[in-house]
Amino acid sequence: MSATSTAAPVDFIRQQAVARALRVFLPEPAVLFEHEDVKPYECDGLSAYRQVPMVVALPENEQQVQRILQTCYEMRVPVVARGAGTGLSGGALPLGNGVLMSLAKMMRILDIDRPSRTARVQPGVRNLAISEAAAPYGLYYAPDPSSQIACSIGGNVAENAGGMHCLKYGLTVHNIMKLRVFTIEGELVEIGGEGLDAAGYDLLALMTGSEGMLGVVTEITVRLLPAPEYAQCVLAAFDDVNKAGNAVERIIAAGIIPAGLEMMDKITTGAVEPFVNAGYPLDAEAILLCESDGNTQEVAEEIERMKAVMHASGATEVRVSHSEVERNRFWAGRKAAFPAAGRISPDYYCMDGTIPRKALARVLLAIAELSKEYGLRCMNVFHAGDGNLHPLILYDANIPGELEKTEEFGAKILKLSIEVGGTITGEHGVGVEKIDSMCVQFNPLELETFHAVKAAFDEHTLLNPGKAVPTLRRCVEFGHMHVRAGQEKFPDLPRF
Amino acid sequence: MQDIIDQLAHAIREAASHKTCLRIRGGGTKDFYGGPLRGESLSTTAYRGVIDYEPTELVVIARAGTPLPELEAVLREKGQMLAFEPPHFGSSATLGGAIAAGLSGPRRAYAGAVRDFMLGVRMVDGKGSDLRFGGRVMKNVAGYDISRLMAGSLGTLGVILEASLKTLPLPAAEFTLRREQTQAEAIALMNEWAGKPLPLSATCHTGGFLYVRLSGAVAAVRAAREKLGGEEVTDGTTFWRELRDQRLDFFTLPEPLWRLSIKSTAAALDLPGEQIIEWGGALRWVRTIADAQTIREAAARCGGHAALFRGGDKTTGVFHPLPPVMMRLHQRLKQAFDPAGILNPGRMYEGL
Ligand SMILES: Cc1cc2nc3c(=O)[nH]c(=O)nc-3n(C[C@H](O)[C@H](O)[C@H](O)COP(=O)(O)OP(=O)(O)OC[C@H]3O[C@@H](n4cnc5c(N)ncnc54)[C@H](O)[C@@H]3O)c2cc1C
Repeated sequence: MSATSTAAPVDFIRQQAVARALRVFLPEPAVLFEHEDVKPYECDGLSAYRQVPMVVALPENEQQVQRILQTCYEMRVPVVARGAGTGLSGGALPLGNGVLMSLAKMMRILDIDRPSRTARVQPGVRNLAISEAAAPYGLYYAPDPSSQIACSIGGNVAENAGGMHCLKYGLTVHNIMKLRVFTIEGELVEIGGEGLDAAGYDLLALMTGSEGMLGVVTEITVRLLPAPEYAQCVLAAFDDVNKAGNAVERIIAAGIIPAGLEMMDKITTGAVEPFVNAGYPLDAEAILLCESDGNTQEVAEEIERMKAVMHASGATEVRVSHSEVERNRFWAGRKAAFPAAGRISPDYYCMDGTIPRKALARVLLAIAELSKEYGLRCMNVFHAGDGNLHPLILYDANIPGELEKTEEFGAKILKLSIEVGGTITGEHGVGVEKIDSMCVQFNPLELETFHAVKAAFDEHTLLNPGKAVPTLRRCVEFGHMHVRAGQEKFPDLPRF
Repeated sequence: MQDIIDQLAHAIREAASHKTCLRIRGGGTKDFYGGPLRGESLSTTAYRGVIDYEPTELVVIARAGTPLPELEAVLREKGQMLAFEPPHFGSSATLGGAIAAGLSGPRRAYAGAVRDFMLGVRMVDGKGSDLRFGGRVMKNVAGYDISRLMAGSLGTLGVILEASLKTLPLPAAEFTLRREQTQAEAIALMNEWAGKPLPLSATCHTGGFLYVRLSGAVAAVRAAREKLGGEEVTDGTTFWRELRDQRLDFFTLPEPLWRLSIKSTAAALDLPGEQIIEWGGALRWVRTIADAQTIREAAARCGGHAALFRGGDKTTGVFHPLPPVMMRLHQRLKQAFDPAGILNPGRMYEGL
């Protein structure tokens, strides 16, 4: 989808009616509609897309969430839920004729149950705050997106957020046990349970990553893990991206599941180094960060094996962290990659395709070629362990046509990700941003199934409408053709 | 192989147009599980074999009719495994059946369940459409997570054709120990240990003993072994397999077998009959003549649910009743995938 900041005329009568209906049970400051009050909500982390919401509602508890939904349902007003607004696909982009429901005020950690190693939290709680609260018990919440100081756990559930450590410890879906969710009709459903599974269909999985389209999450029970005794990180430099890619494969082939395995290319290390002084070898074409955790002896043994693989794969330099300070410094650069992109370029556009690792060389090469073709620089950061690529396309939105070029570049990367057997999004979600690429990844029958699932929860399409799943008509209009790993899967099906 | 898919899809379309029921069946080792078997049998066993296996991608893609032992042997050869340790209940158990039943073995509490390892699925829904969701990569949030939804759906949403699953390396070392312990002590220990960085891979309390399996790096297993004490169980592998496949003596008792999935810290259940505790306390197998109501209330009080696993009177339902709003969502989802209601009707709940 191409970026917009449409200023559709506000329907003032409707706006007043909705605000009035909400103020029956919400205090005045919790219902915003003046332009300057609602403007801060016009976009999420994907700021190329902007839309001022008609009304913003700020509930403080479940009863208020429920009544907001009931009211909107009755008035047939669309609702978009918002956590911290760090999403990178426009999932929380408001609607000009809708209510934006911010869950930011619901930010209490309700309970930390040490014996059962769980925490019950409200959706607006920041990801990192959970680990901080659990730390005194020797526990932590494993999924650690780079945005963890800001993003909300509710948003993490809605996007199935991942992090540096998810190859070993899993994504959000693997680390939550129970949700309290309100449907658009304002009905409460408890999904999952305090045990390790629940009766009926796995709605916990279905809800995770559903981008706020199926229900509004008001409480999350997360699983906490014991903090590892010890961790060390290997930093390996390579004079060739391919060699780094091979090293990743060999690590896995050696039966090692690293606690983290990340790759950065030369332009990325160059961008972050002045920022964090991590001491990265700046002449390397690619560097790998490979972490081991466990007990001291186990880590010592694993680090030796990791080092051996790196050397055997042709690393030009291999360093091992010898203190927590040093380990954190190794990681600091990786964690600062996005902000660094923002420092060396007025704007950047983050892609999120996931590919089989073996296709890495081919995809990186193609990205380099596209970068030349479009005349746009591209930094490559890569959750190498699980094949999740984050090419950051650097552009300047003030140069006419550059954003469009960037989006075209991005869409080509996504198409390529599908062709090599991957997916258009590993963890950032489809939102509004990748909605056209969905037509490439799924055939019309599959898209229809998604719509049917949506309708099972939200018959009138009032929750976050227009996101994540394109209408078949849209796919026709954009002329996108479904491809799968380079072959046409349903040659007999009509092409919409 | 496409011909087999065409046949399956055709059979489903026919059944849908005549509103006749189909009972999807793999190896038939779990015929005992769930509600009544209705309709004509639709076998998946012909659609078998590993399609693609790349150990360095940690992914295997296999057809639903592939026998579990065959699949596991392929993985073992490359030093890998299905970490959710699916129960077999017989040598003809298939991958499709394991996924549809959604059951996981002793490693569940420490490595994850079937659904946690599902990366993608190819399926035929109740309309006869051949659909693919998810894929072959570790992270994928394009579209709703239908692959994981299929795990444990007991064939009520579609016929699983193929699945891609995450594999994991076999642990370098494994060691089983046991300590004489009461149920209450065992529950406390299991939970205490799970809160520490120990390489646990299975726990079980039965016959007055707490069994613990440690898996991982040699050094980690050695250190944990010293910390936990107890005596070595030399045939540990056999013990965990017999537990997984329900061949321990406990499983031959005559009383109905109930499966209670509850909060791990819940106290020993006050129900008549014998019990086995697994999954760090989160799974309780109970052989009991107590009535369904009593058992379900006990499970609900402990934040979980109860299913009548084997034997007993199934007329009041096998699985824990769902609250009305939840049931409605289930029915609407069923409607979305199988509008004619022909796939395994009643195997999970009446009306689904
Ligand atoms: C610098 C930076 C680094 C990032 N790194 C990572 C990373 O490493 N891994 C990763 O996975 N992501 C990453 N992200 C993306 C983003 O932080 C995640 O997607 C995060 O989960 C979004 O959380 P949020 O609270 O900001 O949600 P928002 O952006 O507010 O909303 C995201 C979606 O969730 C829905 N939603 C929010 N709350 C609820 C609720 N309570 N109930 C129902 N739906 C809800 C919204 O409608 C929207 O569709 C990064 C973003 C930035 C800016």
